[in-house]
Amino acid sequence: MTAYIVRRLFATLPVMAVVALFVFFLLRLAPGDPAAIIAGEDATSEAIAAVRAKLGLDRPLVEQFVVWLWALLQGDMGVSIFSNLPVTRLMAQRVEPTVALTLSTLFVAVSLAVPIGVVAAWKARKLVDRLVMGFAVLGFAMPVFVLAYVLIYFFAVQWQLLPVQGYQPLSAGLWPFAESLILPSVALGITYMALIARITRASMLEVLQQDYIRTANAKGLATDRVLLLHALKNAAVPIVTVIGIGIALLISGVVITETVFNIPGLGRLTVDAVLKRDYPIVQGLILVFAAAKVVVNLIIDISYAFLDPRIRY
Amino acid sequence: MAVITDDLALSPGRRFSLSVAIRRNPTIAFGGVLLALLIVMAIFAPLIATHDPFKLSPVNRLRPPSERWWFGTDQFGRDIFSRTIYGARVSLVVGLSVAIVSSVLGLALGLACGYFRRIDGIVMRIMDGLMAIPSILLAIALITLARPGLGIVIVAIIVPEVPRVVRVVRAVVLSIRGQPYIESAIAGGTKNMKLLLRHVLPNTLAPLIVQSTYVCASAMLIEAGLSFLGAGVPLEVPSWGNIISQGKTFFQIAPWTILIPGAFLAVTVLAVNLLGDGLRDRLDPRLARRL
Repeated sequence: MTAYIVRRLFATLPVMAVVALFVFFLLRLAPGDPAAIIAGEDATSEAIAAVRAKLGLDRPLVEQFVVWLWALLQGDMGVSIFSNLPVTRLMAQRVEPTVALTLSTLFVAVSLAVPIGVVAAWKARKLVDRLVMGFAVLGFAMPVFVLAYVLIYFFAVQWQLLPVQGYQPLSAGLWPFAESLILPSVALGITYMALIARITRASMLEVLQQDYIRTANAKGLATDRVLLLHALKNAAVPIVTVIGIGIALLISGVVITETVFNIPGLGRLTVDAVLKRDYPIVQGLILVFAAAKVVVNLIIDISYAFLDPRIRY
Repeated sequence: MAVITDDLALSPGRRFSLSVAIRRNPTIAFGGVLLALLIVMAIFAPLIATHDPFKLSPVNRLRPPSERWWFGTDQFGRDIFSRTIYGARVSLVVGLSVAIVSSVLGLALGLACGYFRRIDGIVMRIMDGLMAIPSILLAIALITLARPGLGIVIVAIIVPEVPRVVRVVRAVVLSIRGQPYIESAIAGGTKNMKLLLRHVLPNTLAPLIVQSTYVCASAMLIEAGLSFLGAGVPLEVPSWGNIISQGKTFFQIAPWTILIPGAFLAVTVLAVNLLGDGLRDRLDPRLARRL
């Protein structure tokens, strides 16, 4: 087991190396003059030269790479072009809302979607099942920001049950904090829920056809015991896999959701940076988000061994 | 073999009938018809539009839907109906071109990776790396370094979509390369190129077509998302993402500026997804059973 975890840890290195090389060479090998584009439409040639010097683009490629990589390995992701603040500090200020939003979405989505999927499989081809599948198809087509505005329109503007926008940190109190996260989590979670519900249903359907389920039913076990203890436990591997895959979906969605709800997280930072063409920030965010995704995949892979004792590495 | 297929094609029960085709594949039919309607709407946008989508008319700003402005007007007095109709052009052009280009690139790379094992390791590591970056961020990074335009948006969406296609194609190639008929073709001295095109490629087409519909839907969502963030097609282009983005500020008093183009976007993505689901059930029964 330990050997497997170590091996799996090493396997993440090439992925992160590719991501790092990608963001490095993207700036250096982009067609046209990236310094001119970053400096803006009406920039003077001095301003462009200043940007170039700041990004180190005026030095030889090999030297740039060594300096950049050495700094990165020490956790230095460079300095923002506009605010001159270190990228890592800018990101650290924005981590809390994004982590809070992601975790609450994960919680909302999983705690709703798994039971929905279980019920759909149990009542396969009945009305409930058809409704769930219909919801899943719609959920896949619903753009995050469109759903977000629909939710805001009804729950915040018309019925005034929840705040329209904004984020309250945990330090402001538990209820204001939770209240500010409800609509964003539902909006962000809908596609994710559709995905999890669909896979849960499919995976459960497969397990429910097994002989031991028939035996369990035949010997008179209560339906909920059969569904949860006998079936769901054995259907867990694909469900956990898709929960992991979905994290990527969440990260993409975070950028948009934070913009709609005016949440000052990493997603907002991304949008502000791209509008100002602040490449060092964009680069840092890509590295952080990719690392988050790689770590989630790692956790998922390791969790298999615990979920299904038959899996041995 | 040829005799049998001819026979089937001629038997009376097998004659093509529209009503049977619809009954057998209601999702393909529904998605297809919906998509066809949207394509017609996009092509004939200048004829359908009731106003000039670019014309500013400050006197008539933020008018609610009415007989004159079917979907209302935005904060500059532009007609939302006409802008929404024109917006279909951007979404469909982006969706279709991303689907076609990433399918072609993904097919070529996937065939090469699955068949020539020497390049597989390096190409797949690059694909894994690209897939580790959330697609909208990858697109944003590319857009940060280029001048705004429809072209760069399309390229920026193709880059994160290609690895997904490569994976699907490569998996199919790996699963069939050990088959006896491939081995016998190799033993018979068939050249690599011919073997790939004649024996391997046809097997990849069904999953490829299904995957490309999902790529198309995902591309339309990413384009709308990018435009919504202000990092997509130039602001003056009436794309659904842009219309929604510009409606943000006045959403509480003029919700139609967001809800109507949003509904069009959702319906278009739904049509493409339904088409994809239907094609998957029809072309790829193994995958269909898993979902």
